[in-house]
Amino acid sequence: MSLDGLLFQALNGLAGASALFLVAAGLSIIFGVSRIVNLAHGSFYMLGIYLAGTLAGGFGGAFGFWAGVIGAVLVVAALGALTEIALLRRIYAAPELYQLLATFALALIVNDAVLYLWGPEDILGPRAPGLEGAIDLLGRRLPTYDIFLALVGPAVLIGLHLLLARSRFGRLIRAATEDREMAAALGVNEKVLFTAVFALGAGLAALGGALQMAREPASLSLDLAVLGDAFVIVVVGGLGSIPGAYVAAVLVAEVKALCIALGTVSVGGFEVNLSKLTLVAEFLVMAIVLIVRPNGLFGRPQPPARVAGRGEPPLRPMGRNGGIVALGVVAALALLPLAEGAFPYAPVLAVDMLVAVIFATSLHFIMGPGGMHSFGHAAYFGLGAYGAAYAATQLGAPTFAALAAGIVAAGLGALVFGWFAVRLSGVYLAMLTLAFAQIVWSIAYQWEAVTGGSNGLFGVWPDAPLDTRAGLYLAALGGALVVVLLLRRVLFAPFGYALRASRDSPLRAEAVGIATGRVQWLGFALAGALCGLAGGLFAFAKGSISPEAISVGRSIDGLVMVLLGGVESLLGPIVGAGAFTLLQDSVMRETDYWRALLGALILAIVLIFPGGLMGGAARLWALATRRAAR
Amino acid sequence: MSVLTVRSLSKSYGGVRALDDVSFSVAAGELLALIGPNGAGKSTCFNIVNGQIRPDAGHVWIGGREVTGLAPRRIARLGVGRTFQIAAVFGSMTAVENVQMAMIAARGQSFGLWRPAAAHHRQAALELLGRVGMAELAERPAATLAYGDVKRLELAVALAGEPVLLLMDEPTAGMGAGERGALIALVRELVTERRLAALFTEHSMDVVFAHADRVIVLARGKLIADGSADAVRADPQVRAVYLGSGAAMAEEDGHP
Repeated sequence: MSLDGLLFQALNGLAGASALFLVAAGLSIIFGVSRIVNLAHGSFYMLGIYLAGTLAGGFGGAFGFWAGVIGAVLVVAALGALTEIALLRRIYAAPELYQLLATFALALIVNDAVLYLWGPEDILGPRAPGLEGAIDLLGRRLPTYDIFLALVGPAVLIGLHLLLARSRFGRLIRAATEDREMAAALGVNEKVLFTAVFALGAGLAALGGALQMAREPASLSLDLAVLGDAFVIVVVGGLGSIPGAYVAAVLVAEVKALCIALGTVSVGGFEVNLSKLTLVAEFLVMAIVLIVRPNGLFGRPQPPARVAGRGEPPLRPMGRNGGIVALGVVAALALLPLAEGAFPYAPVLAVDMLVAVIFATSLHFIMGPGGMHSFGHAAYFGLGAYGAAYAATQLGAPTFAALAAGIVAAGLGALVFGWFAVRLSGVYLAMLTLAFAQIVWSIAYQWEAVTGGSNGLFGVWPDAPLDTRAGLYLAALGGALVVVLLLRRVLFAPFGYALRASRDSPLRAEAVGIATGRVQWLGFALAGALCGLAGGLFAFAKGSISPEAISVGRSIDGLVMVLLGGVESLLGPIVGAGAFTLLQDSVMRETDYWRALLGALILAIVLIFPGGLMGGAARLWALATRRAAR
Repeated sequence: MSVLTVRSLSKSYGGVRALDDVSFSVAAGELLALIGPNGAGKSTCFNIVNGQIRPDAGHVWIGGREVTGLAPRRIARLGVGRTFQIAAVFGSMTAVENVQMAMIAARGQSFGLWRPAAAHHRQAALELLGRVGMAELAERPAATLAYGDVKRLELAVALAGEPVLLLMDEPTAGMGAGERGALIALVRELVTERRLAALFTEHSMDVVFAHADRVIVLARGKLIADGSADAVRADPQVRAVYLGSGAAMAEEDGHP
């Protein structure tokens, strides 16, 4: 690799940095004022690129392109304002988990709206008039448009700086970012300010997308891809810092460009294709920054997170009657294969449910009692699934050994990722876990030699006695039972109490001598390892595993299961997993627009039933017994 | 032999000297009050002893062992119990579970994965709750307790590790006048009974002069007096410092 080539890629990297900066800056400004991390921010970017393409075509002519860009920014900014008024105002005081989920629900709905309006095919946008050419630089052709884009980033940075430093609007934003209560006390009209800030942030993301239309096709996967990148950037730069976002965007883009420029290198006899591991490189940058500066390069310490569950009722053992009912349910489940003749599909659906139960129960362990809201539980599901599938197909391991290999792979992954994760809380933790899951996904997608790339691993069939529907079902039932009972046992043991103590009051926990960080780390690793069993069983049940099955969507499904059942109840994740799987199998399979449906379900939980099914049932029960007592 | 010894502590924030060459000690069975006007450096001093803040200079010994700069968790395990200005307990546990948790942690059993926590130290925890007058409230979730009861629960939690040193940051803040005297009287009894060394900060002068064995006074980061309640009350320098903040040296409550 020559020095010239490196320089060329560095210039290229600056062009990519601009778009990422625009998205991250919008995310940061909105967070600074409203303390909400907007998971729909990638959707604003995606809307920007689709709208700009369509509008540019509609206007036509030399100015059509630029009119399209401006039009897209204005429309998306208006949508942002509408979102703030209709949705976010209702959840400013809610725990962070609910805010994140509500904005993710919005992302799901937007994704389906785009699918409905523009169809599933990628759409190529027009080129920018006057900037189609390229200039010769260092013996290569550098597109003029890339140079233009590289300049847009600093221009917007300066513009934002002037806006924040000089204008009244900017002063209000800064005041609200510094001290929201004080700004309100001084008579700042919060409602108008918040709406305007959200519109500004959405507009910035749309601008990033709109300008990108000349460089890459508009596609439905852009929202999450861009969101993942933006997360890494705000974590590296420091949430709420705009210069930080720019520095981080350049850093990340340059590291990516460097990987592409270096291409395949030889490390200790292994050929490693760096250009395919750009996301891993991003992760490494983020990891190093977080070790050295836990709040990002330019960030400041965050106030303590509003964790759900701090005041939840104490855990109670089931008691005799509960135990008898549970035993009866398990016995009935064990007899289900006898009904296979009448309902041949039943064991198949039941395996899906049991996999979901393991997944949701392990997630609940860290997000309920642990108070760590993981948005990336799919990572451990994926490590378990790929670990088991690889052991079974490539190493010829027997099924039980392969499942164990999956648990070990997931546990090791959770140990590594958890080490970073427990250093953070609240939105930082959510973003970091999501980023980790994206990294696992991209490794599965890009490391073809081991994972089979986008096709995944095939022929993952269990050997006897698990090679029948009934056999696999009983194994899944046994596995789910072990996981549920084990985690229950642990929660009632000193370790579970220490985990809850660390969530309830970290200050008090440390003051009585609990090593909160280590407790949370081990809790995270234990949950991750057991989640690996869900992944392994999934791979054997489907006969294959592909990156699609371990995408962000699965992490969110897990969160919905836990919340649907009720985060404050130990039965919640089990009930939620069952109900969600049934819902998915019956309703969502019937429509192309299941994402929007899922989004609507999440919004219903967040806005109407924050206690989930078990919380609702407990309320009804309390009401009924009070009536009866009267 | 003193349980807590503080030697030449200094700490600056920017250009402000929050603590300037402060030294004192507390003996077993002694209740020492740390008083001073707002901004005198009380909290800084307290948080350095507890391990939450690292001093710029100076040393802290507990039971003959230097603990300067150790994490709060390690200091706790050396036999230091503390209460916070805004009481901190475990909201999702009952009162007795709070005390059991503290006993589990003090004995290094936090990583137990099998035997239920409810079976650990239950009798001892109930006895301790009885000692602070909370026997009837043992099974109540901590999140549903009245604030005065939370304060007493916190005291039991702080005592659960059988500490040699008890640190209390404004133990009576947020309590009614009657409750206040009762709480400090209880602490007074416990200090004598268990041969505890106890250090507390307090705004309420009537509480301080009625119960403390000894009083030390901080003003602008410097220690200006150290002696019996009567001696400190008569000290002209102390009177001068408190003159600005009203009739705080009078018998009634000096809470702002």
